[in-house]
Amino acid sequence: MEMLWEYAKAFLVGGAFCAVGQVLIDYTKLTPARILVTYVVAGVVLGALGVYQPLIDFAGAGATVPLTGFGAALAKGVREAVDKDGLLGVLTGGLTASSAGITAAMVFGLIAALISKPKDKA
Amino acid sequence: MKKLTKNEYSTLADKASPPTKSYRTIPTAFLVGGLICTLGQGLLNLYQYLGLPEKTASAAVSVSLIFLSVLATGLNVYDNLAKYAGAGTLVPITGFANAVASPALEFKSEGLILGIGAKLFTISGPVIVYGIAASCVYGLLYYLFG
Repeated sequence: MEMLWEYAKAFLVGGAFCAVGQVLIDYTKLTPARILVTYVVAGVVLGALGVYQPLIDFAGAGATVPLTGFGAALAKGVREAVDKDGLLGVLTGGLTASSAGITAAMVFGLIAALISKPKDKA
Repeated sequence: MKKLTKNEYSTLADKASPPTKSYRTIPTAFLVGGLICTLGQGLLNLYQYLGLPEKTASAAVSVSLIFLSVLATGLNVYDNLAKYAGAGTLVPITGFANAVASPALEFKSEGLILGIGAKLFTISGPVIVYGIAASCVYGLLYYLFG
């Protein structure tokens, strides 16, 4: 039962993030690229204000999987890096925190592009 | 031929584009996006069950979802799903991975360097630039006033 509730929270919160994105697409004509940028920057701001971590504690993957979670991870990374290395952390924190995700997307994307047949443009 | 003003053009464009069926798009985005996050939660529980500490497990979830998304993009499944799911497939981290892989696949014919290599960053580049820049602003404020 406990576990079911955990999945339900992830579903509802994650779904809500996507529904908001869809509202933005339908009513503001924001392009997908702008939505991605907006979500990541919003995540950095929410993470910086300290309101995102409680949401992660509540919804788990429902808060970390949307791109706002990626932004919040950047904020957390830079805060930890500044605590550890001072001013240098301002420059190292963000990429350090996001390195696994960025590298994975880059390398997997590269491999997929190399082994795929060029797409049939229908 | 008559030149159109900006306003005339946008009225024409509005007329030509089909009306958005929000009663369908928003629930679909909610459902698909929610399911992707639920899958992420399942993976998170699995990795923690296998003994990974929370931080590692969380990173492993992101990497797994990215892998699945790139795989689905390569098989031409993700972009087809995205036609129906809209923001449901865009907002999760899988949408970011798709935005990396999809243009790279599409522009393969333009070569290894300016085709695949450059197009990997068509959409993810801005996301990384503005995300990292925002983190620098926050880091600087935190360093000065935190």
